[in-house]
Amino acid sequence: MTTQPSSPSTAARAVDLTKIYGKDDTQVVALGGVTVEFTAGAYTAIMGPSGSGKSTLMHCMAALDSSTSGQVFVGDTELSKLGDKELTRLRRDKIGFIFQAFNLIPTLTAKENITLPLDIAGRDVDKEWFDTVIATVGLADRLSHKPNQLSGGQQQRVACARALVSQPEIIFADEPTGNLDSRSGTEVLSFLRRSVREFGQTIVMVTHDPNAAAYSDRVLFLADGLIVDEMTDPTAEKVLERMKGFDAVGQQA
Amino acid sequence: MIRATLKSLAARKLRLAMSAFAIVLGVAFVAGSYVFTDTIDRTFDDIFGGLSSDVVVRPDLPGETDIFAGFATGTTTTISSDLVDDVADLPGVERADGEIENQSFFVLDTDGDVMTSQGAPGIAVNWHDGPAADGDPVLRLVDGDLPAGPGEVALDDRTFERSGYRIGDEVEFVSTGDEPRLTAELVGVVRFGEGGSLAGASLSVFETRYAQELFVGGDDAYNRISVTAADGASAEEVRDEISAILPDDFEALTGAEVDEETASAIEEGLGFFNTFLLVFAAIALFVGVFLILNTFSILVAQRSQEMALFRALGAGRRQVTRSVLLEALVVGVVGSTLGLLLGLGVAQLLKTVFGAFGLELAGGLVLLPRTVVVAYVVGIVVTMIAAYVPARRASRVPPIAAMRDDVVATESSRRWHLWIGGALTLLGAAAMATGLFADVDDAALMVGAGIFAVFIGVALLAPVLATPVLRVVAGWYPKAFGTVGRLARENALRNPRRTAATASALMIGMALVTAISIIGASANATVDRALDDGVRAQFVVSNAVGQPFSPSIAEAASQVDGVDEVVPVRVSGGVVDGDQTFLQAFDPVAYGRAADLPMVEGSDDLSGGGFLIGEQQAESEGLSVGDTVRLQLPGSDEEIELIGIYGQSPLLSGGVIVSTQTLEDGAVPALDSLLYVIADDGADLATVHEGLDEVTAEIPTVTVQDQEEYKESSRDQVNQLLYLVYALLGLAVLIAVLGIVNTLALSVMERTREVGLLRAVGLSRRQLRRTIRLESIAIAVLGAVLGVALGLIFGVSLQRAIADDGLDQLSVPGGQLIVFVVLAAVIGVLAAVWPARRAAKLDVLRAITTE
Repeated sequence: MTTQPSSPSTAARAVDLTKIYGKDDTQVVALGGVTVEFTAGAYTAIMGPSGSGKSTLMHCMAALDSSTSGQVFVGDTELSKLGDKELTRLRRDKIGFIFQAFNLIPTLTAKENITLPLDIAGRDVDKEWFDTVIATVGLADRLSHKPNQLSGGQQQRVACARALVSQPEIIFADEPTGNLDSRSGTEVLSFLRRSVREFGQTIVMVTHDPNAAAYSDRVLFLADGLIVDEMTDPTAEKVLERMKGFDAVGQQA
Repeated sequence: MIRATLKSLAARKLRLAMSAFAIVLGVAFVAGSYVFTDTIDRTFDDIFGGLSSDVVVRPDLPGETDIFAGFATGTTTTISSDLVDDVADLPGVERADGEIENQSFFVLDTDGDVMTSQGAPGIAVNWHDGPAADGDPVLRLVDGDLPAGPGEVALDDRTFERSGYRIGDEVEFVSTGDEPRLTAELVGVVRFGEGGSLAGASLSVFETRYAQELFVGGDDAYNRISVTAADGASAEEVRDEISAILPDDFEALTGAEVDEETASAIEEGLGFFNTFLLVFAAIALFVGVFLILNTFSILVAQRSQEMALFRALGAGRRQVTRSVLLEALVVGVVGSTLGLLLGLGVAQLLKTVFGAFGLELAGGLVLLPRTVVVAYVVGIVVTMIAAYVPARRASRVPPIAAMRDDVVATESSRRWHLWIGGALTLLGAAAMATGLFADVDDAALMVGAGIFAVFIGVALLAPVLATPVLRVVAGWYPKAFGTVGRLARENALRNPRRTAATASALMIGMALVTAISIIGASANATVDRALDDGVRAQFVVSNAVGQPFSPSIAEAASQVDGVDEVVPVRVSGGVVDGDQTFLQAFDPVAYGRAADLPMVEGSDDLSGGGFLIGEQQAESEGLSVGDTVRLQLPGSDEEIELIGIYGQSPLLSGGVIVSTQTLEDGAVPALDSLLYVIADDGADLATVHEGLDEVTAEIPTVTVQDQEEYKESSRDQVNQLLYLVYALLGLAVLIAVLGIVNTLALSVMERTREVGLLRAVGLSRRQLRRTIRLESIAIAVLGAVLGVALGLIFGVSLQRAIADDGLDQLSVPGGQLIVFVVLAAVIGVLAAVWPARRAAKLDVLRAITTE
């Protein structure tokens, strides 16, 4: 079963976070005051229909986008006070990213892509940890390949390895299986879950796929820029059921 | 389709503007040189047009008069006043005015400096009020009085204004006459023609009798007769009437004929200048072709999906090609228009610069329809040619590419490039070699075409050459700069063709600069070597302005304490067997003591007449000792015998050498161009130098130089020319820099998502800028390395080819070449500034999420 720490600390949290696009008449509220905590060593999925604000929430939490008001903490660091330089350093040292597509630099080999954040920071690669990660994602024989010589699933696994290898405080994954067939998707998802279970990594994943959400410890449901529900120990059926509710609400509105 | 094309043009204004800039610069150069030379032409036409009288009588010179004017020696043959009277008495003649004219009589301003700019004559004439062909007087008094006797002078108004003298002042002059220094009282100011402009020359007017004393040895004689026809007599009739009574060595011409002769001589002189500017315009346009080709290639590659969509929607291949060519047409028209305007600016700038140096050009700029046509034709044709290849490639995008995001426009096969590039390089090299080393007509054309072909060939080969060179140039990046370095290296290497095309533009500029610098260094080394090895004279006396000077200086110099011998050298134009030739005159025996003059055959004793010639020239002319040639000088026409052939000699180019007596017999004025001074054994050279300085102090333009100073001044001359050429080639380099900026900016746009990803995983703005800067340096240094390598080959083979013509020392300025490569790296840094800033400004989130 789960090996969560007995007194869970917080890897990242948001307090009354709002994000508003545009001005006056054309303004769109993407986030309407979200307060949320992401527990360290937990695997959290964020779900919601299109336009619910789930991607915006993740971008704000991950120091890729600025909030209109409210606070975001990664570890103990409050993001709104930071300039570009500090934000860049924060992303480099404390956050890992897995995007839906175009995760890798085409001119670098798989190995170079994996160690990219460490190389940028000028930090040494922990050889033992690197080998552990590589063994876990099963890429030992693909390290010298360029991205265009790898399959989509392999590319996403390289992206996972890159996120893990710098041992960030939190990994944000944006629809990591969105572009994969179901078998490759399953591989990536179980790998992410293993990294939480075995290595105590914190992961926040945005997805619209109930099957993907089922791999997580906790699912947050967003609608119209607000967290409307959450679910622990999800299964695909329960998540699907809950999502249908949104569709019904959406149709009523 | 046309509307879609124009819309997509408007959407990429900036990128197109940058490629159009190359066209703008090239066209500006073409238009500027035409406008400027046309303006000079008009100025000279204004000055000389209609200023001759109805008929002019003058000594009959062999060949064209301008070669004699070019050496400012003219002739000593004069026209007696009796002949003037005879002409005046003819029934068709209303009046005949004897004229005296000297072209080496310079005004010194109140600071004691020579007032005319380099090369412009200092003209002295006698006063007469005879009219020009149009009935107006050539000279008019505008202030003060006419010079009425000895010691009085009038100046032209332009010179008067600049000189600082006032009427009543004593004006100082320098002349080539027996009296090198002269003072006269300024009594009046005259105006020449309508506008008064003399294009930089000065005009001093004397009373006739005094002018005869100064310039024709005191005889009652003239250099020329201005004839005014009687009412009802045409100029042609009067000319023929006069011709009938003229002795053999004089000729009569109508004023129109004289004007035409002057105009064509000026045009010839300016033609060189025009060609010079046009060569650089051609280089700028040639480099511009690479920039446009590259820009369009990248744009087409980036728009392959758009093209494919057009194709999928039913546009034919030809329509796609046409849409790209239409873009090029618009760019060409806009670029040519702006280039034409900028060209007018360039011409205005040149005019201002010339004005500042004393060569004032009156009136506005001259824009002939021919200039406009040439500007547009050149600009549009060059753009269309450059866009054709990318346009063809665009049409080959398969419609399916619209549906997929991984298909880019097909790149034509590398092998094709290799073959054509290799063949062109070899052909070009062969043409160069033929032109340089074989004895063929149009050698210059062969060499030019060869260089052109080699450039295109190497540019085609460049993608293949680029990879290994880049591995060296950027190979150390990862070690020195870590990941940032690795990214930069890989980015430079990821599209060798694009990198190579971008670098090719710089390569051309660098190759030319390198070749020129080698020639320049070799010229300097040759002079140094010649002086070190073969010249024993310790001093050289010469005139900085290039004007000859009076033999009285040689006379005085030989009296200086510690001077053993003075060897004067004279130059003149002459006609040898019908060809205009540059002649040198000195005593070979004395010369042999001043510098090496090894005789290969025959005698070096010219005291009995005859001539010497260099070994090479004797061979190419098929002359051997004892042969005779026909030598025509202003006052003589005779067969002279080749009495000796000399070998390689420093400071002599192997041409014809005659005795000074031969020149004087031929009525060439007795003026020295150069003196070699040999000091006594053991004489204190510093004292001798001082003594010689005193002798020449009277004439500010004549200077004494020891060997070191002489080397220095000849090096200065070479370097001045080099800097001028560098400045003009700088234009080509500027275009190349724009090419790098353009390519980098487009590449950054292409890699927006990549940039976003890098920034997301923690690459700082600074690191991102450094990545782009390093890539830029790699491209620039690649261009410089290829260019310097090519330039080395060009420069060395050029030097080899003209080694026999005197440039026998090869010198490769290694330090300078290294500086060029370092400069290229600096250029790379500068070119990266803007693209790097743009990339750093990209919003991370938006960059990641762009499609």
